[in-house]
Amino acid sequence: MMSSKQGKSGASRRDVLAGLSAGTALLAMPWVARAQGETIRIGFPTPLTGPFAAEAKDQVKSAELAVKLVNDKGGIAGRKVELLVRDDKLNAGEAATRTLELIEKDKVHAVVGALSSAVQLAVNEVTRARGVIYVSISQSDTINEVKDFSRFTFHEALNPHMTTAAVAKHTFKQGTKVAYLVADYAYGHEMLRGFKRAEAALGATGVGEILHPFGAADYSTFMPRLRSMRPDILCICNFGRDQANAIKQAVDFGMKQQMQIVVPVLLHNQRLAIGPEAFEGVIGGANYYWGLEEAIPSAKAFNDAFRAANGGAVPTDYGAYGFTGVYSLLLAMEKAGGTDTDKVIAALEELQYDIAKGPQHYRKCDHQSVQSVLVLESKKKADMGSEADFFRVVATEPASESILRSCSELGLPA
Amino acid sequence: MDAELIAMQLFSGVALGAILIMVALGLSIIFGMLGVVNFAHGALFMVGAYAGLWVASLTGSFWWGLLVAPVAIGLFGMAIERVLIRPLYRRSVDDPLLLTFGLGYVLVEAVRIAFGSDGIPFPTPPELAGVADLGIGFFPIYRLFVVGVVAAVLILVWLCLEKTRFGLIVRAGARDPLIMRVLGVDIAGVWLLVFGLGVGLTALGGVLAAPMRNVNPEMGSLVLAEAFVVTVIGGMGSLVGAVVAGLLVGVAISMTALFAPEMATIVMFALMALVLLVRPQGLFGKPGRA
Repeated sequence: MMSSKQGKSGASRRDVLAGLSAGTALLAMPWVARAQGETIRIGFPTPLTGPFAAEAKDQVKSAELAVKLVNDKGGIAGRKVELLVRDDKLNAGEAATRTLELIEKDKVHAVVGALSSAVQLAVNEVTRARGVIYVSISQSDTINEVKDFSRFTFHEALNPHMTTAAVAKHTFKQGTKVAYLVADYAYGHEMLRGFKRAEAALGATGVGEILHPFGAADYSTFMPRLRSMRPDILCICNFGRDQANAIKQAVDFGMKQQMQIVVPVLLHNQRLAIGPEAFEGVIGGANYYWGLEEAIPSAKAFNDAFRAANGGAVPTDYGAYGFTGVYSLLLAMEKAGGTDTDKVIAALEELQYDIAKGPQHYRKCDHQSVQSVLVLESKKKADMGSEADFFRVVATEPASESILRSCSELGLPA
Repeated sequence: MDAELIAMQLFSGVALGAILIMVALGLSIIFGMLGVVNFAHGALFMVGAYAGLWVASLTGSFWWGLLVAPVAIGLFGMAIERVLIRPLYRRSVDDPLLLTFGLGYVLVEAVRIAFGSDGIPFPTPPELAGVADLGIGFFPIYRLFVVGVVAAVLILVWLCLEKTRFGLIVRAGARDPLIMRVLGVDIAGVWLLVFGLGVGLTALGGVLAAPMRNVNPEMGSLVLAEAFVVTVIGGMGSLVGAVVAGLLVGVAISMTALFAPEMATIVMFALMALVLLVRPQGLFGKPGRA
């Protein structure tokens, strides 16, 4: 213990403190000197723990791949890129705290990430208040709308409107009766809203909606009522393990013999976790499927790079968001010649990119990534050509601004 | 809203309750006899499911998994009691609670390391796949099987506790362990077996739940909360309480699912709050304990 009184021997506290601060200054010096070549830091909050952990880990792997590819080519204007991954625990408060920390403490130059519609809105609140660019890679309609949008906000993921419109177009018909099982939070509500709009446009009829608590393990108590609605289509609007459990239990209850099961987003990881039997014949949308490599050269290049970095594994749907989200941002930074926020925003708005799934660009008014939407059907076990050959591409809705809501509907100037 | 649908909904509630009972029973037995609040109960449920999966994949048969895993995890539970919990009996009631709380985390992480953090498919055994027509509606055969197994286990546990010498010692030991020692009964051995039995029951619950919910490292955490709600409603340590409360909660969830589905999870906590207000010791609990 250091005495508060000046002793006869040894260094005084003042000497020690003076020495310490001199040392700190010395350590800090080189940082000032090499500010020019400062590493570009990208913050990446994602729910590494919780029911969406499988999807989140794929996002990280793919995001790391994008960073690696750019660094291998010498970085951006001679600067290395670093990805700072943080666990947001699928909690809006946690995500806001981690994001604030990334901005204030780690001094990130931009943020990419989040995997839940509610969580991404919390991240967006923080980034837009601090004037930091945020590329969201989770489905949301509200983030495009005037209330949540800001010029710092970009949305690389599909949004529920375009996803549900594409899925409904290939499953709903004139007079089709549709029953909905919906997770009771933002994602479920937005998907339901999208399907209801498509339902009206296509002449289908809704015969009932059941909202279920988020993260439920047992869906048996919802099945008798869903069956009593006598639908042609059972539309299950939930995500992650909720999707897996709900589909499995609907199949256990023999629902598939009487109705077609449709989901907004057909998840690679949940199909993997549940097996081919339960998912057989289920139809849903997707932003990406590795099988695109047969037709699209950029998909082939992405898959090959991913396979090389991950022991032969193929990238997944939500994983691809990690890649396209980070890569498009880095391409814009390259064009902007650095990390100046205004220049990067301008570059993102001008950017035309084809890095995994064909041509994409960010629409100017709402910064929504205009891109193709896939409609997939889960294959029978017997039809699978390889271990990861899960899905058949039923249809591809091409990238076009016509599948988005208009700028004026969103409350934004065109 | 027709009568058939309501009857079907009631039945779904009973079937759901059967699973809740399976999980709450072990928790209640361990607390009733040993006074230990086992926070690792949910994790052991999950470990049971993984053990069942592992045995089933080795032998190619669900039935071996169903048979072997609960016994193996029960023995594992006995090892936990002997090595970790026994030294804590003389200390405050919080110490075993904290220990099992930590143990739960260790087990979940261990399973993540061994089996990965993603879920693993656990298909319904082909003999029990499909649906049965109950007259009021269709119901999965596997869930009917689960109700049957739970009923059989309940009868066995009841016979064991009420009709055997071992059961007599267990019940006496729960009331006054000191007198039992004076009478020359090896109470430590009895507690070892009781803990093993409680853990074996939750492992059985895990194997039974796996084909319905699939297997993942976090599957125990929700189950732990449900088991606590059921034991608190029924009365901590009461076996009859666990059974009645399990059915009650199952039916409450099911009926809420029919009329206000988004409230289906919250209703059991509301029920618990209500019971605690009116009867703090639970429906069948004895006042003064816990």
